[in-house]
Amino acid sequence: MTKEQAISSQVPIAEGLFTGDPDPRLIGGRDMVSGRIVFPCPSDDTRFEPVELPRAGTLWSWTIQRFRPKSPPYIGPEAFEPFAIGYVELPDAVIVEGPLTGVAFDAIRIGMEMRTVLQPLATDVNGRTIVTYAFAPVNRGAAHE
Amino acid sequence: MSDVYIVGIGIHPFGRTDARSGLQQGAYAARAALTDAGLEWSDMQFGFGGSDASGNADTIVNEMGLTGLPFINVKNGCATGGSALIGAWQAIASGQNDVGIALGFDKHPRGAFNAMPAEYSLPDWYGEMGMMVTTQFFAMKLQRYMAAHGITSQALGRVAEKAFDNAVHAPHAWRRSAVDLDIILNSQMISDPLTKYMFCSPAEGGVALILASEKKARELGRDKVRIKAAVIRTRPPGSFEVFAPSIDVVRGSAPTLLASAAAYEMAGIGPEDIDVAQLQDTESGAEIMHMAENGFCTDGEQEEWLAEGWSRIDGKLPVNTDGGCLACGEPIGASGLRQVYENATQLLGRGAGRQVPGEPKTAYSHVYGAPGISGVTILER
Repeated sequence: MTKEQAISSQVPIAEGLFTGDPDPRLIGGRDMVSGRIVFPCPSDDTRFEPVELPRAGTLWSWTIQRFRPKSPPYIGPEAFEPFAIGYVELPDAVIVEGPLTGVAFDAIRIGMEMRTVLQPLATDVNGRTIVTYAFAPVNRGAAHE
Repeated sequence: MSDVYIVGIGIHPFGRTDARSGLQQGAYAARAALTDAGLEWSDMQFGFGGSDASGNADTIVNEMGLTGLPFINVKNGCATGGSALIGAWQAIASGQNDVGIALGFDKHPRGAFNAMPAEYSLPDWYGEMGMMVTTQFFAMKLQRYMAAHGITSQALGRVAEKAFDNAVHAPHAWRRSAVDLDIILNSQMISDPLTKYMFCSPAEGGVALILASEKKARELGRDKVRIKAAVIRTRPPGSFEVFAPSIDVVRGSAPTLLASAAAYEMAGIGPEDIDVAQLQDTESGAEIMHMAENGFCTDGEQEEWLAEGWSRIDGKLPVNTDGGCLACGEPIGASGLRQVYENATQLLGRGAGRQVPGEPKTAYSHVYGAPGISGVTILER
């Protein structure tokens, strides 16, 4: 499979939610009157303008989802594995909820540095991989790869 | 506005009753409340009621009698019962009516509540990713609170232990046997840091309250329990609520703080004057956080409160004397009125094995639910 085919076989879980690799960022909405930032960007474009959020931040709170959420609405794998979930404070912007990845459950700590990544969630009816956002610990050693 | 009294209370046991619909459980409670008040359904000048998942409450006229009374359906999430009570209270306090009924009932399937994003104005992807799960919110609010204020898992376990201890003496409770603290702490982890015994379960049940004017209450010889405050508030800016894809960096107040302050002002008393309290305990951490949000202690003091047993029946402020949601389960439409039922029971001295000693004079109840709503009532004897 060529690189183009690999990319075209992926589809974001929703449009306007995040930018693509290699430097994925969530897209929030800035209230044009108050300056308040929310995520996701509301559809009301008379009030909110899209704004790319900082890629990295700190873990604000977390838990482990230990039972499979009901479907619908959940579309993750039938063969359920518990996953971590948390809120990450993106500095001077907003605190965003999302899955946590690449960290052992017993290593999760409030305040740890996290950054936005993309990861597969499920396969759609056309065989494409549905991609969504998640937060992974910032690996200082790998930052200059 | 004139004073309003609770002149009759009725409850259908919480838990699972396969043979009765939610509506029938509501009617059972209504009959019990009417008997308690010494009144007939035909005496009711109005009704307010609701359920979250068991249909329109006004169809209760089919069960109770076609008297033509005005009946208003209430659908307000976890505040459904509290909202019905406020409606009934205003209908009498305004001077328009002398006597009427507030009721709530529900019957939910087993397992976690199955919320869909569109019902909360959320995009589909939020549910598709597995975040439309109430237990996550409770766990994450609690996780941060514990880290900030030094609350331990031991304290979470003690809340659940107390709930089951109290429920042994509450005939309407669902889980009526004591559970050992070690079993609570070491049971299956559901959503860290909360184990199976620290969460309430969706359930079934019904509650009805008969409200009357002072004049009518005197006539009936049932002028003991008075409503001093009944308040509902929605969320302020910067609060942290169920089903929030994002929250503000600048943290704000909470709906419970607003409802609590408004209720104390309306009643003209403060938290130090309350003798018994029923606080929303969807999970054991919620009771802990709500102790502070309702003004009964400062953040972090709960650790000592629970270690010393100060919120037990014989403590300085008994909390959730019938076992709360943890032991009674949560039928959404009935839960808030169960708290008021329990408070009236305590003020009337009918608590038997769970009776708060020293003839309590003031009783406080608090509900909290999605999407950021809180209701508080204060009763006085």
